[in-house]
Amino acid sequence: MTLHLAAPTLDVQAIRRDFPLLARTVRDGAPLIYLDSAATSQKPEAVLDAEREFLLRSNAPVHRGAYALGEEATDAYEAARSAVAGFIGGAFDEVVFTKNATEAINLVAYAMGNSATAGPEAERFRLGPGDRIVVTEMEHHANLLPWQQLAHRTGAELAWLPLTDDGRLDLELIDEVIDVRTKVVSFVHQSNILGTINPVATIAARAREVGALVLLDACQSVPHMPFSVEDIDVDFAVFSAHKMLGPSGIGVLWGRRDLLAVLPPFLTGGSMIEQVFMERSTFAPPPQRFEAGTPPISQAVGLHAAVQYLNSLGMPQVEAHEQRLTEHLLRRIDELDGVKVIGPTTSEARGGAISFVVDGIHPHDVGQVLDDRGVAVRVGHHCAWPVCRRYGVSATTRASFYIYNDTDDLDALIEGIVAAQQFFGVTP
Amino acid sequence: MYQEIILDHYRAPKNKGLREPFEAEVHHVNPTCGDEVTLRVHLSEDSTSVQDISYEASGCSISQASVSVMTELLIGQSIDHDLEVAGSFLQMVQSRGTVEPDEDVLEDAVAFAGVARYPARVKCALLGWMAWKDAVVRAGGAIHRTSGDEPSSVTATTTSSAAKSTGEGYE
Repeated sequence: MTLHLAAPTLDVQAIRRDFPLLARTVRDGAPLIYLDSAATSQKPEAVLDAEREFLLRSNAPVHRGAYALGEEATDAYEAARSAVAGFIGGAFDEVVFTKNATEAINLVAYAMGNSATAGPEAERFRLGPGDRIVVTEMEHHANLLPWQQLAHRTGAELAWLPLTDDGRLDLELIDEVIDVRTKVVSFVHQSNILGTINPVATIAARAREVGALVLLDACQSVPHMPFSVEDIDVDFAVFSAHKMLGPSGIGVLWGRRDLLAVLPPFLTGGSMIEQVFMERSTFAPPPQRFEAGTPPISQAVGLHAAVQYLNSLGMPQVEAHEQRLTEHLLRRIDELDGVKVIGPTTSEARGGAISFVVDGIHPHDVGQVLDDRGVAVRVGHHCAWPVCRRYGVSATTRASFYIYNDTDDLDALIEGIVAAQQFFGVTP
Repeated sequence: MYQEIILDHYRAPKNKGLREPFEAEVHHVNPTCGDEVTLRVHLSEDSTSVQDISYEASGCSISQASVSVMTELLIGQSIDHDLEVAGSFLQMVQSRGTVEPDEDVLEDAVAFAGVARYPARVKCALLGWMAWKDAVVRAGGAIHRTSGDEPSSVTATTTSSAAKSTGEGYE
């Protein structure tokens, strides 16, 4: 593994050597320019090596340690939990491994639903008619549907903070939306489609005033900026490994210890029990209570390596690098005629996921022309259909970047957009 | 992939607009990208031929041009003929380039042969064709199920609303 110890800025060329995939070509020999890291990041060799080494030397079931291999596997799995906890400023027993961030949100939503039949300790999670669940209009479907469906099942009401024309949350009516009936507020830290970074403190403070629980979707923030649950007043935070250089198949739920202690389980089965009888069971304490079945063990080991890799770069440096790229791309797009950013047009409180539409060309066609030039971007509604509807577009093209991208990649994107405009005859 | 024929149909689509009379109207969307088409068919009295196909659609050049080309090929022909064309089209775009398209059957639609190289775009090319077939079935078209039935994986990619017939007081 290459160590990029605490350099003031990222050495992108050195970083790229850790990602062999980025050196390949696509289609008819075009060098790959990967601009879809908001969907999934590429993986450095250190992550793959760690997983492979674990599987070749230490693979065994965890938490069953009657033999040496089992102890090694358990140690590796729990060491990953410690590393993740340290990475986000949380405690070891506050980190739950899930399948992905979507499952992490569903875990909380379904556990709240299950609280209807749990003991009095779960009282504060109960929802019913007259209660309110609050999200925002910019949520990824993963942080909308679990709450929308929970509202349908419980009779609670779903409300949301709307968007302004420039891609930010409209907080003018925050006191009316997050009202005294609100039991839970779940919102995204950084939007996957707009790039907007939301004011966590403001929203959490209002939620606290009315005694609501707060869940933060941190999928687009934990990989890209310094993040500590000590700095923000939320109860739950979720993110996924595959967007932060780690493997797919593992996500993270962080929850405040006192809440996890009384939250009913979501998935039940092996590994999450204390005592089991034919007619009833008791459950293990967190985090095991929320990890039914064999967990993603080698994936946790890979995530551990990803955390180490990011720590070696320094998250402040990662954030500064992406800020520089964000400013560069926003400026280059602004120079083009006929291209409109969907989301904030300044780099203030916004991250490196930049959606845009090109006048007269459908996003699929923009993506196709870019693809033929080796530029990989995401087209579509980005699992945020209500956002597209809000801004009157059927879909957008989105470029998103990470530690291994530089301004040359963004300039190639700009050249591709101009080429698409020329090809479809819409050059202004 | 972008043959001149495709770009021509995209810029100036044929037979566009919703017309009457019609026996069935369907609405199909591609949930991965939001492309959509509302399509009507008008059959002959004996339900054996397609008198008219009218539509409103939004989406990428491939989906828009494809439905336009389709209407030119299918309007005024027997359902049997049209099903053969639709079957050939389906086979061509799903072939990953392994099937040599039959230009006698597909005419301008052979321009979409290049789509087969891009699996992500196959659904775009098929959107209108699947809507047409759905509409013909809902309109009670005389279909002899011998060939050209698409695999279920393709129909699963579109969702259709209930057919609205003139008899139900639509509009």
